[in-house]
Amino acid sequence: MKRSNNRTLLWFANIGLAVICLIALFPVIMLLISSLRPSSELMRTGISLAFDWSMLNLDNYLYIFTEANIYWSWYMNSVVISAITIVLSLFFSAMVGYALAVYDFKGRNLFFTFVVFILMVPFEILMLPLFQMMIRFQLVDSYVGVILPMVVAPIAVFFFRQYALGLPVQLMDAARIDGSTEYGIYFKIMLPLMAPSLGAMAILQGLGSWNNFLWPLIVLRSNDMFTLPIGLATLLTPYGNNYDVLIAGSVMTVIPIVILFIFFQRYFVAGLTVGGVKG
Amino acid sequence: MEANRAIGTKKESSSFMKFLNSKKVVPYIFVSPFILSFVILTLYPAIRGVIMSFQSILPGQVNFVGLQNYERVFNPVFYKALSNTTIYVVLTVTILTILPIILAIMLDSKFVRLKTLFRASLFMPALASTIVAGMIFRLMFGETDTAAANQILNWLGMESVDWRFNAWSGMFLMVMLCVWRWLGVNILYFLAALQNVPAELYEAADIDGASILQKFWYVTLPFLKPVTIFVVTISIINGFRMFEESFVFWEAGSPNNIGLTVVGYIYQQGIQQNDMGFGAAIGVILMIIIFIISFIQLILTGAFKRGDQ
Repeated sequence: MKRSNNRTLLWFANIGLAVICLIALFPVIMLLISSLRPSSELMRTGISLAFDWSMLNLDNYLYIFTEANIYWSWYMNSVVISAITIVLSLFFSAMVGYALAVYDFKGRNLFFTFVVFILMVPFEILMLPLFQMMIRFQLVDSYVGVILPMVVAPIAVFFFRQYALGLPVQLMDAARIDGSTEYGIYFKIMLPLMAPSLGAMAILQGLGSWNNFLWPLIVLRSNDMFTLPIGLATLLTPYGNNYDVLIAGSVMTVIPIVILFIFFQRYFVAGLTVGGVKG
Repeated sequence: MEANRAIGTKKESSSFMKFLNSKKVVPYIFVSPFILSFVILTLYPAIRGVIMSFQSILPGQVNFVGLQNYERVFNPVFYKALSNTTIYVVLTVTILTILPIILAIMLDSKFVRLKTLFRASLFMPALASTIVAGMIFRLMFGETDTAAANQILNWLGMESVDWRFNAWSGMFLMVMLCVWRWLGVNILYFLAALQNVPAELYEAADIDGASILQKFWYVTLPFLKPVTIFVVTISIINGFRMFEESFVFWEAGSPNNIGLTVVGYIYQQGIQQNDMGFGAAIGVILMIIIFIISFIQLILTGAFKRGDQ
């Protein structure tokens, strides 16, 4: 009785999960196949289950690599903006998280409460005043304009603090006796020890910036300054004839992330499940 | 040699350097870049946003207009945006809590093979941006009979649907897109929480002859309560902040505003119509909603802790 019960459960769980995984992967598979279909066909039929398999070819990708210069401008912009965002936001927030965890100073608790409080302020309330600010400082349509608001990353501060609480404080005293300055201790000893948390936050900030939409949509104005999501979104019109760039370009936007995911799965999981901020 | 140099630098170091390196000062130096950026890029705009909501802002002419913006906010279009957003929140929160719990328990059971593969493939959609994911959905749920969704409906003997042009199907598209992207991430939250359930409790329940459902209800669920509160809260907050899932299907405007959200309304009024005071007023209302939700979460988690001890 018990055994047969377990066996049905086994089949139920395995098959159920397999079906759900297939449903989850189905759009991705359809994207990959459709990127090989002629773009005029794709525009006429949409992503279709029944189509002429003999017409599959690499033309969309050929077109992107030879003709679509604008796509590569978007790609460059996304890469540069994501890279700078990662470096700056990690630099700022790792220092704070570390100081909050390691040092005992006046106002520490107040400051931490503060960080938790900022976590609750939605970016959407800030965006109009920030946009006004960018206009005043003539930062509209520039990298700086996109990056600046992303530098304040309270969620990363929170994460670094939690991680730094587990650092071996005895090392600091040993280093002090050896004549190391507090800054030397941080950059040479403690920061390297925080590497796993840096990895997780680099993924969180990087993916957030790579996929960021609303703020770049507001602050970027000219076609050659667009990031990938903004650029691809401009191709989404039903009148456009750029479905080749749209579909093959989408695939090439996701592929680097998937490759990174395969190699750094642990950091992705840690990074994306902290606080559940929108990517 | 090394020692000599160390002594040399020590002598050179002024009292100012010593001051900079004292344990009293160092933490503030570590904290200051963040404080600076926070004050300029978060605190100031937040206060400014509240002030703007009481202003009429025209190029070169800013006037205080009292509560006029707020009086204008409560109009049929805003109610439409708010009700769309609320329906979206209720649907996504329900689906993105119940489904991940069930799937996490299935993934956690000792019967399931290929766990890593299942987990990775469920997590994969979270890597795609809403724009790319939405583009796929838009092309799959096209109006033509040749698009994947309508093909399936036709095969089942049903009529094709104009997915992007009905209120119910528009909502369906936005909810599906969100569920598809976030399912895997939420599963991970519940999977992590399931590791905290002591195996002895299940054994004890087995000895008492508890059924699977009883074990789920009396053993598993209580341990999932904190993470459930957390997931529900962030899902509600992210739901109220929703914009892209709507933009990707209809860009700036949907037929009869079937896809208009609160943030979409801020974008439409504040950026496209350049009515920043009005947009800021909508933003303040959104912030109040989010603060209330966060506050309720704090009460719930706090109450939970007290009950636990």
